[in-house]
Amino acid sequence: MKRSNKPIFWSLFGAGGMLSALIGPALIYETGFHSQALSYDRALAFAQNGFGKLAILAVISLFLFHGCHRMYHSLHDFGIHVGPGLKAAFHGFAAAGTLAAAVLLALI
Amino acid sequence: MNTITIECLRYHPESDAEPRFQSWPVPFTDDMSVLQGLQYIKDHLDGSLTFRWSCRMAICGSCGFVLNGVPRLGCETFLRDYHPGTLRVEPLSHFPIVRDLAIDQSDFLKKLDSVKPYLINPGTPEKGTFVQTPKQMDEYYQYSKCINCLLCYAACPQYGLNSAFAGPGAMALLHRYNADSRDAGKAERMEVVNTEDGVWGCTLVGYCSEVCPKAVDPARAINQNKIESTKDYFFRFFRK
Amino acid sequence: MKTYTRPMAGWWKRNPYYLWYMLREASCLFITAYALMLLWGLYRLQQSKIQYEEWRESLSSPVSLAFHAVALVLVLYHSWTWFKIMPKTLPRIPIPDWLVVAGGVSGVLVCSAAILWLA
Repeated sequence: MKRSNKPIFWSLFGAGGMLSALIGPALIYETGFHSQALSYDRALAFAQNGFGKLAILAVISLFLFHGCHRMYHSLHDFGIHVGPGLKAAFHGFAAAGTLAAAVLLALI
Repeated sequence: MNTITIECLRYHPESDAEPRFQSWPVPFTDDMSVLQGLQYIKDHLDGSLTFRWSCRMAICGSCGFVLNGVPRLGCETFLRDYHPGTLRVEPLSHFPIVRDLAIDQSDFLKKLDSVKPYLINPGTPEKGTFVQTPKQMDEYYQYSKCINCLLCYAACPQYGLNSAFAGPGAMALLHRYNADSRDAGKAERMEVVNTEDGVWGCTLVGYCSEVCPKAVDPARAINQNKIESTKDYFFRFFRK
Repeated sequence: MKTYTRPMAGWWKRNPYYLWYMLREASCLFITAYALMLLWGLYRLQQSKIQYEEWRESLSSPVSLAFHAVALVLVLYHSWTWFKIMPKTLPRIPIPDWLVVAGGVSGVLVCSAAILWLA
C-alpha cells in the first residue's frame, strides 16, 4: 500500500493551527480594532528587523498552510471529489503566498 | 402505562426499491429498553421486523442502531428518555442495509482483518508465561474493551464519505496490539497506519469517541498514531 | 446480496455535533483570508508610506470591521477546539487531559496579553 505524503502537510497544518490558535485572536483584534497601533513607522521598523521578518513570514505562511489544508479537506467533507490536482492547487497557493511574503520581506 | 410511537426504517430487498418508514404505538414501562420496544413490535405487532441483538447488556455489540439521529446500543437506551415524542430507529449509518435494521458489516470485518488484531511474535511456550506489569497493561487496556458494535463507524462521516478508510474501530484495535508489550508486530501494521486510508483518513471529527459505549476513545488511538506516522515518515532515512 | 446504500449528501446537517464540526472547519476560511489581508498589507508596506496608510485606513471600513468581528469569533472557536482536541493527538504523557487543555488556553491568554501590551 502506498505510503501517504500527508505527514509533510499535516506538520505545516499543525504548526499553523498552533500559531493561529495562540496569537490569531490577538492579531485580529489589533488589525481590526486597534489599527492606530500599526503606524507606518512602527510597521516598517518591525518588518526591517530580523526577528520581525521571521515573525511576519511565519504568520502569513503558516496561517496559509493551515487554512488551505483544512479548506482542501472540507471540500471532501462536502462530498466534492478531491484529487492530486486540487491538492497541488491548494498547497501550491499557500506556497505561493509564502514566496510572495518572503520576496516582499527581502525587499523591505 | 405509557405509550410511545416507534418509527422504524423498513427495507425488504425482495419487494422494496428503497427504504420507507413504518410506525407503531408501543406500550412501555420505565425500565424498558429500546431493544425491548423493538422486541415488543416483533412479538406482537409485526413479526417481519428484522434487527440484531443478543446479550441485552452492552457486551456483545449486536444491537447498534441510530436513534433519533444518534448512534446508540438498543439495550442500554431507554424508551422513557424518548417520551413524549417519536423514537425514530434507523440502521447504523454508513453501512449498506441488508434488511430493515440489519446492516452488512462485512467491510468492517475486512478492515479488522487488515490490522492483524492478534499478538505477533509474542514468544513460545518454552520461554514461559508472559510477565506484564499493571503499568504495561494500562498502555492498551482501554482499547481492548472494544465490542465491535460499529457505533463509531456510524458516527464517522469520513468512513461514510470513503469506505476505504480503515475507520475508528479497526484503528483502535490496531493500536491495542501495537501498545501491548507482548506484541512485536508494529512494523507490520505500519503499512495500514501510514496510508491515506489509515490514520490520514481521519480529520478528528471526534464523534466516534463520543458515541463509543465502552469509552475506548478511538479518536485518540488514531490521532496518537498520526505523530507516530509522521515520525516514521521523517526518520525512516536515519534508520537504515 | 441486494443491499441499499443511503446517500451521504447533507450528512453534516443531521446532527448538532456535525454542525459544530463544520463551524470549526469553517474557521479556516477566515484564517486564510486574514493571512491574505496581511500579505496585502505587507505589499503596501513595501510600496510606500501613502499606500500603506491607505491600507491601514481601509481596516476601519465597515466591511473590514464586519470581517474582523466574524473572524475573531471563529478563530477563538478554533483556538478552543484546537486545545480541547490536543490531548487526543499527544502520546501518553503523565499529564492529565484537562491540564493540557488548561495549558493551551493559558497559552492563548499569555500570548494575547503580550501582543496587546506590545502593540
